[in-house]
Amino acid sequence: MSVNEETGVPRGRSWRDVDLRAVAPFAALALLLVVGAMVNPNFIGFANLANVATRCAFIAIIAVGATFVISAGDLDLSVGSMVAFVASLMILLMNSGLVADPVLMLAIGVAMTVMVGLLCGLTNGLITTVGRIEPFIATLGMMGIYRGLTTWLSQGGAITLQSREIQTLYRPAYFGTIFGVPVPIAAILLVTLVAAFILYRTSYGRHVVAVGSNSDVARYSGIRVNRVRVIAFAIQGLCVAIAVLLYVPRLASTSATTGMLWELQAITAVVVGGTALKGGAGRVWGTICGAFILELVGNIMLLSNFISEYLIGAIQGTIIIIAMLVQRSLVRKGR
Amino acid sequence: MLDEAAGEQPIVLAASRICKSFNGVQVLFSVDFELRCGEVHALMGENGAGKSTLIKVLSGFEQPTTGEIRLDGQSVVLPPNGDAERLGIVVIHQEFNLADHLTVSESLFLGREVTRFGILDRRFMRAETRRVLDMLGAHIDVDAMIGSLSVADKQMVEIAKAISRDARVVIMDEPTAVLSAAETASLFAQVRNLKKKGTSFVFVSHKLDEVMAITDRVTVLRDGHWIKTAPTALLDGESIAQLMVGRELASLYPKKCEPDVDADLVLDVRHLSTGYVQDASFDLKRGEVLGFSGIIGSGRTELAEAIAGLRPRLSGMVLINGDEVAGDVAALNRAGLVYMTKDRKGRGLLLGSGMAVNLTLQSLERHVRHGYLDKASETEALKRARRRFDIRVRDDGVPAARMSGGNQQKLLLAKIMETEPRIVIIDEPTRGIDVGTKQQIYHFISALAQEGCSIIVISSEMQEIIGLCTRVAVMREGHIVGMLEGEEISEQEIVRYAAGLKRKAA
Repeated sequence: MSVNEETGVPRGRSWRDVDLRAVAPFAALALLLVVGAMVNPNFIGFANLANVATRCAFIAIIAVGATFVISAGDLDLSVGSMVAFVASLMILLMNSGLVADPVLMLAIGVAMTVMVGLLCGLTNGLITTVGRIEPFIATLGMMGIYRGLTTWLSQGGAITLQSREIQTLYRPAYFGTIFGVPVPIAAILLVTLVAAFILYRTSYGRHVVAVGSNSDVARYSGIRVNRVRVIAFAIQGLCVAIAVLLYVPRLASTSATTGMLWELQAITAVVVGGTALKGGAGRVWGTICGAFILELVGNIMLLSNFISEYLIGAIQGTIIIIAMLVQRSLVRKGR
Repeated sequence: MLDEAAGEQPIVLAASRICKSFNGVQVLFSVDFELRCGEVHALMGENGAGKSTLIKVLSGFEQPTTGEIRLDGQSVVLPPNGDAERLGIVVIHQEFNLADHLTVSESLFLGREVTRFGILDRRFMRAETRRVLDMLGAHIDVDAMIGSLSVADKQMVEIAKAISRDARVVIMDEPTAVLSAAETASLFAQVRNLKKKGTSFVFVSHKLDEVMAITDRVTVLRDGHWIKTAPTALLDGESIAQLMVGRELASLYPKKCEPDVDADLVLDVRHLSTGYVQDASFDLKRGEVLGFSGIIGSGRTELAEAIAGLRPRLSGMVLINGDEVAGDVAALNRAGLVYMTKDRKGRGLLLGSGMAVNLTLQSLERHVRHGYLDKASETEALKRARRRFDIRVRDDGVPAARMSGGNQQKLLLAKIMETEPRIVIIDEPTRGIDVGTKQQIYHFISALAQEGCSIIVISSEMQEIIGLCTRVAVMREGHIVGMLEGEEISEQEIVRYAAGLKRKAA
């Protein structure tokens, strides 16, 4: 069909639909807070909300990375298994007793975790770009590889941090507070601030959005498209590493099921937050909002007795579909 | 109207006083058009004259802003999106409407599959496809995948599709552009055949000889206006060309300014080859406007993209101010060479983004202060560009998709000029924009050359090349076959080289 772009061109004010899409997740969040308050008076209390925010930290931080990958027009399905793999390696390294001093050992563990996370992301990026494999397939393969390696490392069981000293030393990284703010919440804020700065205020961020909107335009504008994509995957890897740094002190243990289905939750958070799945529009704050919404829904279900909490997965699935429908109807309205 | 010669056949399809505008840009101004039963009616005009739009209006793909369409004398509103096929109006588009993963016979019967007892009757459909293709003299395997066919074969399948639908009105948009002489002949034989049975054809073509050979009447459009409808027998190629061009060319193009004889060589392309382009060598002086002419598919864009680092160079080299520069877009930008694509919607602009984002995309590093983007500096750049290139848009936040073609083109020009280039390759500078904006763009090009910028203009519009350039390279089948200068630059001379009648010894 010969599509005429000129008539497909929407008329009307431009800022309206763009704004709506950015505002929608926050409106949904506000609505949820109201619903939650009606369901259970304990819900709206600071303690409960802080608890919810703390629990969504892993997904939120991973989703911030996913925002970059998705904005650049790619997809990373391997993040859940990557968490398990990187966390297992971290614990195994610290169990190895390579260095006697627990502080130094922990520092080495942290440094290695960041390195491994970056390397995993880099691998994903290179396979999709240099190997020219659809990101869906490439990261599906890597998902299997990271998960399989984790199962092998743990021999099907659990990997547990053995040193008491390191455990005590490391515990505050999840359970502690900074100026009264739980560390995970502070970590979310810090990661998001940095990510928002990169995405909105640097030329790299602009390049990500350009590549995601139309990689041909980006290429013709002299942007190194593959480099932009690989760096986005590496940022995703870094975010996974940060999530691992928060995860390990919490349970001090990993197993073959660690991080199971986290990739789907991260993608849900990104999409609910208003980032277009086909790339081209990144919304970091929306992503955080999306992650919070997901956790909040679970929390409300737990506090209310209407719906069994075993249905959480189904409800989250429903949310992603509703989010997509809302996104599309907002796009249409703009036309 | 002069229509005695076309006989007294009834009128099948008529359009009267059709006006059409897109986003406030009017492209058709009260155009009249009549198609008689069993007639082949040529629709002629320069690029941008409004032929394509009129075709879309006649086939329901576009609704006229004002005016009336009559089918068999009845006023109708044609159904959109190709549904007019059911009324017997079939369009053979320039860009094909075929799915690559279907076979030839599946494509022919797409949407009207023949079934027996609810099961696809493949045998019948294959036989019918064979029959139609044989009728056209096309030797295409009915089970071949569309994706595996040559462009000419795809065109034949499109034509077969139209014929197999028993169309009453067949609208052909440059059907012979990709056909060989033999294929064209068998197509024309088929057209004459169907004509006798009462099928009517609208024939859009730039090839005057074909128009003289096959058509009964000619309608000429110019800048969206109806100019003349006359029996082909009363016209000759010269008079049609006259009608098409019409206006004084001198007023549209600024005065040419020859570069100094001893001006520096800024660009030197030596023996450059890509997959298609072979051994291309030329040079460019400071302040020169060099044209690249040739038919579509002669390798002009491929050569330009290879120079600009967008396509791998197999051999040869590109020297800018005497230094060899590798095939890397960013490196060439830094060396002062930019390429402006002809595909502004697919490769030039981020349609969903605003003007500022598009403007600075290629020159973003100029707006980085201490590692972060300085939005104030971007806004300042946009203000400057809007003034300089006269981009007329309500407010700065409008996404590029909602701008008119002319404003998009100016924005694209502004975008590449943001890199402050010394050498600019402009591919089809005025494709699909109105004549007023064309003139502006010609003046920008001329002004740039006078400032000492060197410009390569690639264009399929011969008049544009002749009106703008002081030197013209003609390409044919991947080779630079001629280099014209001064008095030699004329339509006839360019056509001689482009058609392979003449070739300059290298």
